[in-house]
Amino acid sequence: MELQFDALVVGSGLAGLRAALEIPEGLKVGLVSKVFPTRSHSGAAQGGIGAALSNEEPDSWEWHMYDTVKGGDYLTDQDAAETLAMDAARAVYELEHMGVPFNRTAEGKIAQRAFGGHTRNYGEGPVKRSCYAADRTGRVVLDTLFGKALEKKIHIFSEVYMIDLIIEKGHAAGIVTYDLATGAVEIVRARAVLIATGGFGRVYKTNSNCFSNTGDGVYLCFRNGTPLEDMEFVQFHPTGIYPLGVLVSEAARGEGGILKNGLGYRFMPDYAPTLKDLAPRDVVSRAIDTEIRQGRGVNGRDYVHLDLTGLGADKIEEKLSDISSFARIYLGVDSATEPIPVTPTCHYMMGGIPTDLNGRVLDKHGKPIIGLYAAGEAACVSVHGANRLGTNSLLDLVVFGRRAGISIAHDEKNLHLSDISRDIVNELTSKINAIKRSKGPKPASLRARIRQIMTDCCSVFRNNDDMEKGLEQILSIKEQYRSVSIDNKADKFNTDLLDAIELESLLGLAEVILVSAIARTESRGAHYREDYPQRDDHNWLKHTMVTAGSDGLEISFKPVKITKFEPKARTF
Amino acid sequence: MKIILRVFRFDPSVDEAPYYRNYSVQAEPYERVLDCLNRIKWEQDGTLAYRMSCAHGVCGSDAMKINGRCALACQKLVRDCEADLILVEPLPSFTVLKDLIVDLNPFFDKVNFVHPFLYAGTPPEKERLQSPEERKKMGESIRCILCACCTAACPVVNENENFLGPAPLVQAFRRIFDSRDTQKIERLDQLDVEDGVWACLNHYECTRVCPKEIPVTKYINTIKREIKKILGPSPE
Ligand SMILES: Cc1cc2nc3c(=O)[nH]c(=O)nc-3n(C[C@H](O)[C@H](O)[C@H](O)COP(=O)(O)OP(=O)(O)OC[C@H]3O[C@@H](n4cnc5c(N)ncnc54)[C@H](O)[C@@H]3O)c2cc1C
Ligand code: SF4
Ligand code: SF4
Ligand code: FES
Repeated sequence: MELQFDALVVGSGLAGLRAALEIPEGLKVGLVSKVFPTRSHSGAAQGGIGAALSNEEPDSWEWHMYDTVKGGDYLTDQDAAETLAMDAARAVYELEHMGVPFNRTAEGKIAQRAFGGHTRNYGEGPVKRSCYAADRTGRVVLDTLFGKALEKKIHIFSEVYMIDLIIEKGHAAGIVTYDLATGAVEIVRARAVLIATGGFGRVYKTNSNCFSNTGDGVYLCFRNGTPLEDMEFVQFHPTGIYPLGVLVSEAARGEGGILKNGLGYRFMPDYAPTLKDLAPRDVVSRAIDTEIRQGRGVNGRDYVHLDLTGLGADKIEEKLSDISSFARIYLGVDSATEPIPVTPTCHYMMGGIPTDLNGRVLDKHGKPIIGLYAAGEAACVSVHGANRLGTNSLLDLVVFGRRAGISIAHDEKNLHLSDISRDIVNELTSKINAIKRSKGPKPASLRARIRQIMTDCCSVFRNNDDMEKGLEQILSIKEQYRSVSIDNKADKFNTDLLDAIELESLLGLAEVILVSAIARTESRGAHYREDYPQRDDHNWLKHTMVTAGSDGLEISFKPVKITKFEPKARTF
Repeated sequence: MKIILRVFRFDPSVDEAPYYRNYSVQAEPYERVLDCLNRIKWEQDGTLAYRMSCAHGVCGSDAMKINGRCALACQKLVRDCEADLILVEPLPSFTVLKDLIVDLNPFFDKVNFVHPFLYAGTPPEKERLQSPEERKKMGESIRCILCACCTAACPVVNENENFLGPAPLVQAFRRIFDSRDTQKIERLDQLDVEDGVWACLNHYECTRVCPKEIPVTKYINTIKREIKKILGPSPE
């Protein structure tokens, strides 16, 4: 049986849920997610959501906007940064009204704490801007929005995977789903489709992301002709627990934690004299990797120490208890008395599906694709530019998720249902059967190689030669993928098959990341080229766009929107 | 080191009865049981089915019975498993759909039953005020990841499928003790029934297994006391 909706939201993280809540009664909304909604990766967010509420100390949205632009190394579209910062307070109050249990100040207001790159008075020093609920802000915001979705009785399809996106003659027509429980492949038609499928940190070996972050939505847009924007900008968070990659939020440094090298020396003031340990993530990750490369890792190994021992057990228990339990469970380290071994971990994708300020997906000429929307980490508004600041993602999800929902409500009158031929189901079913019959390599072995290649050639430091070699290897794996095989031939709960399908997303996205990173011959934000160590505004103050063309990938560029802040040298 | 994972296998559409299969895996003591399962699935036997996602105890996907105890496979380390044989089974009390995957719909239905969202009147322009002391009353309940370990481990749930069970009670606790919620009496009233809060017999199994260290039983008892205090002694 074919399902149809007025609006179909793919992804039930915060971006998808927030958008779905905005779509008015009267329109039939469907929410499709490959995991049960509260299992979505948004629930892993720890540190907080940024807004200049001035609850702890004076703050202003203009400062927040400035930090977002400067943190993004001036690649941020400033109209987007302005929208984000101006709408932040409203968005956070709204979350409070919906029920998010924020920590509180003595006066009963939402408590705030310092976070990397967020400053007072245009860079003078750190400011307390992150609104938080202990170190599980994402969890409680996700619970809260999910509760609202239950209250609103939104149709939720859990453990249902989007395996294709249908764009007919410039219109989104619907998606094709694979039901994990039954193996059924179905067409779901919709007048509007919103992609909110999150990031794809799983392209890298060490990462803070969940297993389901394989970027399917981003890849399927790309496969169906939409460009991808700024894909070379991959954020490595400075403090992943060594060697797992599990995240220790910047909140740990916001609350007073400091980084030390193998000599026990606090190195961040040498790299960022004003913000020190609270400099933006690209700066801190490079500093850590530089210390390690120069032989000052702990015991000569590839990690440094995050020292929380100055905070005291009480503060850790009250504000960082999840983090301290990660250190205890996974390393047997008591963070109140011993330092935590940390190393940069792949964390966030600044790039993604290009959208306007209202969630409408743009084609390579900058024109909206009718009926197609995107929000959250999958999208590139671009509000994070070349490097996202901590707490700005959760904010992005609720601000731009809501705006995408409003757009759908607004555009709805002009959107219609299109027919989708059953051929696509037959085609995908044969593809699945071919994987089941094949005798070629297994998904896990190919996946492990992709992740190793990307980690080796396209992490915190990059150069042309290594990336060119990496790209060649990725292309050869792409060839091998054509005969990928699996053990499991069953229809029910065949996660083996889904591993194989997700691998196609990872491969496609790895290629786009490399092609974008090779093209950009400058260093900016998270993209640091050893062979081009300077930022080059004259040639590169522009967004990279990669589109799948008939003979391979096509690269084009799009200007950056600059309104209030002229690009300046970036010092912290 | 080499360890043996003895894993429950069952595909109700094919197998007449569940069976166990032993897998030998190479694992480091600091690795997670989830890493072992992944190694089996990726390298030895792709037919094994289980849920997982975050791999660090924050999403609630991979609750299962490990050496007889409900736990998250991503939070249980090889070195904590004592013996070099690790027994892995699906969560009890739920219907097995395949191998380690159980049908959690009845669980989520019971969570939904307590209305896990805030009821509150028209909000002020800015945030509602709530003192740190009031906020603390919700305690650790906000850590819940709906993994269902507690419900699966509860001996009462095991015998009485109508009992609401510990996880929904934790969800209810969070709203009952949220000073912003306006439905406290209705919420207490809803739980003041035989299969609500009173079915709990203080076995503490839920508290023992909760991977987020939520004092589940204590919260259930706090609800019981609050019911007595606010609604008066219950009819029975
Ligand atoms: C450990 C960690 C901590 C973080 N802490 C913070 C923080 O403190 N502050 C902050 O601002 N940001 C933080 N971030 C970043 C932020 O959490 C993420 O960027 C954000 O949650 C992404 O949300 P989303 O709604 O875009 O997608 P997600 O929450 O990742 O959800 C994606 C959804 O898409 C669904 N999906 C994916 N593919 C498919 C498919 N093929 N078919 C169907 N459904 C699909 C999934 O099931 C899921 O529901 C953190 C990130 C991590 C990893
Ligand atoms: S304390 Fe109550 S809910 Fe918890 S296991 Fe015992 S009977 Fe079940
Ligand atoms: S209370 Fe604990 S065991 Fe129960 S569902 Fe929540 S997190 Fe899991
Ligand atoms: S995989 Fe998320 S809790 Fe274990």
